[in-house]
Amino acid sequence: MNSKSTELLRFTTAGSVDDGKSTLIGRLLYDSKSIFQDQFKQIEDISARRGESEVNLALLTDGLKAEREQGITIDVAYRYFSTPKRKFIIADTPGHIQYTRNMVTGASTANVALLLVDSRQGIIEQTKRHAIIASLLQIPHIVVCVNKMDLVEYNKEVFESIRKDFESFTSKLDVKDVSFIPISALKGDNVVNRSENMSWYEGSTLMYYLENVHISSDHNFIDCRFPVQYVIRPYNDEFHDYRGYAGRVSGGVFKKGDEVMALPSGFTSKISSITCYKEELEAAFPPQSVTILLEDDIDISRGDMLVRVNNKPRVEQDLDVMLCWFDHTKPLKENGKYTIRQTTKEARCIVKEIHYKLDINSLHRIQEDFSINSNDIARVSIRTTLPLFFDEYNQNRITGSVILVDESNNNTVAAGMII
Amino acid sequence: MINYNIDHLKELESESIFVLREVAAQFENPVILFSGGKDSILMTHLAVKAFYPAKVPFPLLHIDTGHNFEETIKFRDDLVKEYQLNLKVGYVQDAIDSGQVNEEKGVNASRNGLQTFTLLDELEKGKYDAAMGGARRDEEKARAKERFFSHRDEFGQWDPKNQRPELWNLFNTRKNMGEHFRVFPISNWTELDVWQYLAMEKVPLPNLYFAHERMVIERDGILLADSEFIQKKPDEKAFKETVRCRTIGDVTCTGVWRSSASKIEDIITEVSTTRMTERGGRADDKRSETSMEDRKKQGYF
Repeated sequence: MNSKSTELLRFTTAGSVDDGKSTLIGRLLYDSKSIFQDQFKQIEDISARRGESEVNLALLTDGLKAEREQGITIDVAYRYFSTPKRKFIIADTPGHIQYTRNMVTGASTANVALLLVDSRQGIIEQTKRHAIIASLLQIPHIVVCVNKMDLVEYNKEVFESIRKDFESFTSKLDVKDVSFIPISALKGDNVVNRSENMSWYEGSTLMYYLENVHISSDHNFIDCRFPVQYVIRPYNDEFHDYRGYAGRVSGGVFKKGDEVMALPSGFTSKISSITCYKEELEAAFPPQSVTILLEDDIDISRGDMLVRVNNKPRVEQDLDVMLCWFDHTKPLKENGKYTIRQTTKEARCIVKEIHYKLDINSLHRIQEDFSINSNDIARVSIRTTLPLFFDEYNQNRITGSVILVDESNNNTVAAGMII
Repeated sequence: MINYNIDHLKELESESIFVLREVAAQFENPVILFSGGKDSILMTHLAVKAFYPAKVPFPLLHIDTGHNFEETIKFRDDLVKEYQLNLKVGYVQDAIDSGQVNEEKGVNASRNGLQTFTLLDELEKGKYDAAMGGARRDEEKARAKERFFSHRDEFGQWDPKNQRPELWNLFNTRKNMGEHFRVFPISNWTELDVWQYLAMEKVPLPNLYFAHERMVIERDGILLADSEFIQKKPDEKAFKETVRCRTIGDVTCTGVWRSSASKIEDIITEVSTTRMTERGGRADDKRSETSMEDRKKQGYF
């Protein structure tokens, strides 16, 4: 049977119309046989109707009418392909500065950031912006594809000089794992098949990289965090006193028999069983959705968190966050009040202080201008009405993240990474 | 160190169960939109798993066009019985009879578009604040931009250019009175994932998905099941063919495919080697380049 075990890898790409991103995605989909004949026929017809000489692969990734009319990507589009080794989810986002929020959205769940560099242009503002976002959002792996190598005669020096530029720029960033691959998406060099034009390059192809990059330790398996999402109470004779705490493990490994503490109450108990439907599990770890049963009947509800007694998260009402502002109708208000969501918890909060705005092209801290508008990133201090149970974002992307909601119109107006 | 690792099907399952539990926790009156197809069967199966040993805390709503494959209704009723689910049915026929919608005329007539009226009407009558659908992002280009939690205004409309960003696993479900959400728990599954998972979990499925003999007609390169609901053109003749459904919807616009796949393993092999999308046989998607986006804006699934 074909359903052999494969891992799931999520990656994000950002770029503008001309850097060859659509061609690269089209190439990955096409060479992995993930484009269907009827899809291809459809974009072939549209390309012909518009008088384009070649089939425009960008049409595959642009979903909305406005996007196709304007030839731009507005929103995050999700694409899927798989190989016998892995299933891939691409969050394809626009790269222009006015769409920072979409880049942030796509980056929030990604294992890998794929950065495209045009070999003729080298590192430009957009590359830096995307790298900064990848570092702020703590994407564990970055792969820099130096594209259009065919247009620089597959020259090794061009590639090496771009690599050096990028490395000197990212030395200021918090990035852990960066790889560089010289490619030509148009000609197919080093995308799926190894290039015969760049014998000087000894690394892997992009597809090999995506299939083999080590992602199984991307989650935090050390600090046990189980935000309670829902309490299952069957109220029937067979399961009369059943209280199951349902949720998704956000960190660490929980095992049957472990002593755990419930926050905020501080009561402790032992795990009597961990289940997924009728199956009993020996251990639960991220990103599993499970149901945990405890030996003692203690009062726990949604928004509470199960942790290990000797390894607690921070339990505080004051937090510093890097905030990405989304709302294009209103700026962030100092002393403004918002609803804050973190794990399964909701509270109200006040933005007490704006410390600085980040120039996301240079990492420069702007302290002269505190007007935080759509797509700006700023460091702020927040006070919440209730204590939150959190970790720093660079320790745990799930327990370290928040969103803010405008109470007047219910819009999600910001995303934040706790410092 | 032990390798704590789960495969892609288990990860997708975990994600979907998380979304289903979020719906139960954050909404007062949610409902599962049940079409009888494999995606809504999968969603129902995941809901059973998410809340076990309690019963699924939401009803199923089936919008019945009246033009069904007979097998679909029997399968639906058996499923409801087995899991003690609560089934509600909205009939498109009622809206036609009361003159609220007009039936399309001609050979390509379909009640597919009329479903939107009955759906919105049922959602309003039932005061549902979240309607879960089995739509997947890999199905169609407008659906590729859909959120897990998709906000709808008081007219049930979708505003694709003004969607709420979704980050990490934090879902903002706040809304005003009269507005509702569409929720898509299996957004990230592909057709192949669905089949692999249904096989792994041994989930029972309607026989329509497996190869069987049936009278069909051929129209615009698509095979349609012959039935009393389909109006044949003068030159169209029904003939017998061994076929199966890749999607199950209204008889009049669901294409059937020549196939000899009689077991789920055969289907997986077929799906992983096919070069046509499953919606390639859906006449409703072929009406224009943006027919799905246009219908979704109005409130279609």
